[in-house]
Amino acid sequence: MGAWVMAGITFREAARKRVLWMALAAGAAFLSLFATGLYFQMKDLNPHTNLLLKREGVGALLMVGLYAVDLMAVVMTVLTSVDTLSGELASGTIQAVATKPIPRWELLLGKWLGFVGMVTVYVTLMVGGITAVTYFMSLHSVGGVLPHHLLRGAALIWLECILMLSLTFRMGASFSTLTNGVVVLGLHGIAFIGGWIEQAAALTHSPRALNVGITASLIMPSEALWRRAVFEMQSPIVSTLGFSPFSAISVPSKFMILYACLYLALALALAVRRFSKRDL
Amino acid sequence: MYAPRTWEVDSLPSVDSNAIHTEGLRKVYGQRTAVRSLTLEVPRGEVFGFLGPNGAGKTTSMRMLLGLAAPTAGRALVLGRPAGAVTTRRRIGFLPEHFSFYDWLTAAELLRFHGRLYGMSPADLRRRTPALLDLVGLADHRDKPLRDFSKGMLQRVGLAQALLNDPELIFLDEPTSGLDPVGRRLVREVIKAQRERGATVFLNSHLLSEVEITCDRVAFLKQGEVLATRELRGAGEETLGICMRVRKLTEEVAKGLSPWASSVKAEGERLSFTVANGEVLPEILRFLVGRGVDVYEVTPQRTSLEELFLQIVGTDGGL
Repeated sequence: MGAWVMAGITFREAARKRVLWMALAAGAAFLSLFATGLYFQMKDLNPHTNLLLKREGVGALLMVGLYAVDLMAVVMTVLTSVDTLSGELASGTIQAVATKPIPRWELLLGKWLGFVGMVTVYVTLMVGGITAVTYFMSLHSVGGVLPHHLLRGAALIWLECILMLSLTFRMGASFSTLTNGVVVLGLHGIAFIGGWIEQAAALTHSPRALNVGITASLIMPSEALWRRAVFEMQSPIVSTLGFSPFSAISVPSKFMILYACLYLALALALAVRRFSKRDL
Repeated sequence: MYAPRTWEVDSLPSVDSNAIHTEGLRKVYGQRTAVRSLTLEVPRGEVFGFLGPNGAGKTTSMRMLLGLAAPTAGRALVLGRPAGAVTTRRRIGFLPEHFSFYDWLTAAELLRFHGRLYGMSPADLRRRTPALLDLVGLADHRDKPLRDFSKGMLQRVGLAQALLNDPELIFLDEPTSGLDPVGRRLVREVIKAQRERGATVFLNSHLLSEVEITCDRVAFLKQGEVLATRELRGAGEETLGICMRVRKLTEEVAKGLSPWASSVKAEGERLSFTVANGEVLPEILRFLVGRGVDVYEVTPQRTSLEELFLQIVGTDGGL
């Protein structure tokens, strides 16, 4: 019960953060830009080009858009939640709540659920927005292009954000706002570099480099979730086009998704453990 | 899931007539000892003042009693249960020193939120919220967001949230800091009403004059240890110093005060002496006037709490 009360107020608090509205505004601006670009692309298509090629071209553009959405969602998740624990610990706001008859694990879980709600709304709006724009703008000329497995892909982007959220909570239970942000985004950076190394290694058939990439994904599996999302969403033909963040040459396995889920659960459990034991 | 690590209760009485009972409570942060050894008993129904200079460990002690900080060693029972127990928190109220909360909430929303954390029903909240806002003088500001509140108004709404659950024990950490004289008076009245209701109030304060008016008993804390506790109520029955401004006093008349007074001293117009209690004063006055002495002023010389504080804690501020 207490967790739901906390979730409700945290959702409202998160929804009031300027960074969320900035991220939404940036998302809207980005969608407009994307729509404009796509509009002219559709207008200027050579009428003699093969329909299949046209559709694949639109599909590749959609993946670029989704890549931008993924990046914005991850950054927005971290920036909105980075001070929810450390900030309230520093200001003492948490004291009036932590002395109420609600166990600390419920307090933390409630806050986490509030952010999960906010992230869910953001990811739904952004992934839904870009998919809808692409579909309707390409409807007339090429019959509408949709991601291959939209729901699976969106779920993986959402999972990546929740993973980042849980890690931010874990670090926030120990560190100051700034340190928390640096650590979490730094870990995402490791995952990002690891993803590229893994892709390059798959292209050049270098098993040792591949292991370096996989190790990076084990340290932080966020980018692996994005690459799995790409694999689920793009048409099988585009994935063979080459080496880019929106192609998936070396596809993270289902075990990597399972690993990411365990990672997430562990981060949350450790956040609860640390928060329950620390002085407020 | 939150299990305090060092609170052991086996050797303490299970049903405690004290609202608070601590033995050797200690808190160390790295190299710094915030609370050395706090042994304290606060009987139920008392307004208890916790006094000490800055850095004496008052707030840290209160945080341990509330379960916000785990003690390094020692034991603490609050309302007969280990400090910080969730079930105990249902029966306590707490006003932090600088109360703040999400500033977009209105005063009424804030109370509803905290009330829901106490597990209060919507019907209870509908009844309690306006009554409490009225009590703390914020009835006209119920729908105003906290960001438009002054520091004093925030303290008032903080006080209201500390009373939501009709607590058996209320912790107030510097409740009058940031309050104007009207606000201070309100806090005094709230404390008085809580005592009449039978609640225990644990008050951290710097403002000795406030403590003197409101508290039944005080503890003086220095470097994390209780140096002394004093009853403030019933102090009138103790020996009392009297200072008078008189004229036409002879040495013989001054000596004649000996049946009632001791330490009689006369210097110019000033006459001072000590009596066993204030009941003998009318007789002394009749005696003096009957001997032709003109009396212009009679001032009882109670030791003020401030003097007591300086005597016990010292003037170095515990630094």
